[in-house]
Amino acid sequence: MPKFDETPIIKDPAVNGVLRAPGLREHASTDVRCHPSKPKDTAAIDLPAELVPDWKERALAKFGELLEQNQALRVYMDICVRCGACTDKCQFFLGTGDPQNFPVARAELLRRVYRRYFTPAGLFPDLGAASDLDEDLLRKWYTYFYQCSECRRCSVFCPYGIDTAEITIAAREIMASIGVSTKYVTEVVAKVYQTGNNLGIPPAAWKDNCEFLEEEVLEETGLPIRFPVDEAGADILLVPPSADNFANTDTMIGYGKLFHYLGLSWTTSTYCNEGGNFGLFLNFANLQKVNRRIIDAARMLGVKTIIWGECGHAWRAGILTPTLSGPMDMFDPPYPYHISQFIVDMLRKGAFDGRLDKSANDDYLVTYHDPCNSARAGQLIEEPRQIIRAVCNRFVEMPPNTIREKTFCCGAGNGLLTDEIMPIRMAGGKPRAMAVKHTKANYLATVCAICKAQLPESMHYWDVPVKVGGVIDLLANALKL
Amino acid sequence: MSASDIIWTLLSLFFIGLGYFAAFAFAAGMLWRLIGYLRTPMPLPHALTPAPKTEGGAVLRVLGDVTLFPNLFKADKWLWAGAWVFHAALAAVLFRHLRYFTYPVPGLVLYMEPVALFFGLLFGAAILFLFWRRLGLPRTLYISNLPDYFALALLGLIAGTGLMVSYWLHANLVDVKGFILGLMTFHPVEVPRHPLFLLHLFFVLILMLYFPFSKLLHAGGVFFSPSRHQPYQVQLRGKRYVNPLER
Repeated sequence: MPKFDETPIIKDPAVNGVLRAPGLREHASTDVRCHPSKPKDTAAIDLPAELVPDWKERALAKFGELLEQNQALRVYMDICVRCGACTDKCQFFLGTGDPQNFPVARAELLRRVYRRYFTPAGLFPDLGAASDLDEDLLRKWYTYFYQCSECRRCSVFCPYGIDTAEITIAAREIMASIGVSTKYVTEVVAKVYQTGNNLGIPPAAWKDNCEFLEEEVLEETGLPIRFPVDEAGADILLVPPSADNFANTDTMIGYGKLFHYLGLSWTTSTYCNEGGNFGLFLNFANLQKVNRRIIDAARMLGVKTIIWGECGHAWRAGILTPTLSGPMDMFDPPYPYHISQFIVDMLRKGAFDGRLDKSANDDYLVTYHDPCNSARAGQLIEEPRQIIRAVCNRFVEMPPNTIREKTFCCGAGNGLLTDEIMPIRMAGGKPRAMAVKHTKANYLATVCAICKAQLPESMHYWDVPVKVGGVIDLLANALKL
Repeated sequence: MSASDIIWTLLSLFFIGLGYFAAFAFAAGMLWRLIGYLRTPMPLPHALTPAPKTEGGAVLRVLGDVTLFPNLFKADKWLWAGAWVFHAALAAVLFRHLRYFTYPVPGLVLYMEPVALFFGLLFGAAILFLFWRRLGLPRTLYISNLPDYFALALLGLIAGTGLMVSYWLHANLVDVKGFILGLMTFHPVEVPRHPLFLLHLFFVLILMLYFPFSKLLHAGGVFFSPSRHQPYQVQLRGKRYVNPLER
């Protein structure tokens, strides 16, 4: 891990795995910002390369348009009563103590502008808690809307379900339209259009990796387990996060073993070998454009169904597919279909009866980290647990306040997985790390590629000795092929 | 006509005018704002999961939200207690006010007589608690702004003056009811000659004017929160969620 300035991070320990709200440390994380976009990336995705001259007018026009077109944004601008229920719920506040990381304070950055330009309160800015949109405020937007991981934890505790994610998404959309965006997010979206995936793996390298995995698994199992690429006429198109082919290869091997065991024909596509959709973190146009690649890839290969791999926000965007990209009626239902749902369906049908050796995972004391997106935006809470219980003898839950719909974000989701904001990532990763530490588990299972990239670093930073891996990795261990 | 009669006549004109204006502004303002919410499209499915899978389930979820405040209960037990008592006492007090607006008065309103003072005091206490909470905790102090204090102070003044005219410096019930019914039947009569009551009425009318254009709108807005009112979209054949903007 590269060296970084640790001053924004609060080091106080947790009590029984749960962090108490720290005292306020104003401006603690105000200087931690993502790098701005590079012109070559913004050019590739139809965004201005730098702050446009008439940025204020264009930002307000965009804001007005979104208010007309988005019920959530419009209602959430008005109805917050500032009761404070959310103020101790955000991992970035718990880790930094910066009150601007209260979900309500983050939202107020946008609401102050809303009141100024779109409500009568704007006539009396001081009385009505309204602010001009100026460069100072824009800088705060850029800082704090990129210290929000759109994880929706605050929304669970809000009496009106006000979703800060929707507010952050709107703020990022407004900023993107005037030439303010981050290098990490725009680079990733640009890579998808060039190579089909977030990591920028070219088709030839993807094929090489798959062949390499075939050799490795052949050596391990003696079985000709295949990792097909671009096979027209296959039944299933698997849309994994591309990191599974590159960093989390145990998960990729898990998919291969699973489909081999079930005797199903499947394939990945080099046109779209990515479930993740960074458009979600940038603007609607790119969200839709990236999502359509999945349907296009499935049509090109003529598959019967699409299965989404282990990736949190891929699933959040995935369930939007019929809305974003049109009817999926040419595919076999159910759709959209997540690999965890698929495995649970197979378990129910008895496809694994007598062929799962739970003791293969006995070295592990397993705990499960709910990715924010799969739990709070994707309804996937029970399925991964059902799989883990079916393939492991030793499973332990983290404290109730930190799991299921109350799960903490890993600390780097939704566009924050970039090294220049390491203090924010480690601070935001603290609540999860403390909860894992409390369980004394040695295997941290999860179904999200971003979590799988962030958690090893945050666990190391917070001194929690645990291996991070997929749920499918555990299934593959237990499966008697 | 004595000088005092002239003053009361002028005051009556003022309150009759303000009364009709506030009632109109409140009704029109609420309709305008809520219809605005209703007509604003939601481009994407937005349910906060785990969510009910049916429309009926989502309706139940919202009804649960507005009656029991389950999310606040998860968030902060003290705040939940304060907020729930505040709203329940407010509902009881408002219900009790039906005796000024109806003739004959419904039996249930009359039977409330023995507990009316209790609810009035509870309402006042809840306001004091919420005010203390706003000022007393560093986190809520940080996020509270002027409109937050204004709304609480206004409600506190209404509760205080209301309790006083009911239980201490009594206003004449017949005068009060005559004035209100006069307004409602469009045959306005002179205001009750009771300054404290008029102060109470004045604060209420200000509240009605302020309500639709402030955070108090959460009273209606809570029904339009997509994260709560949407069911989880099971995108079945022929039943997908269509983006209203692309229709």
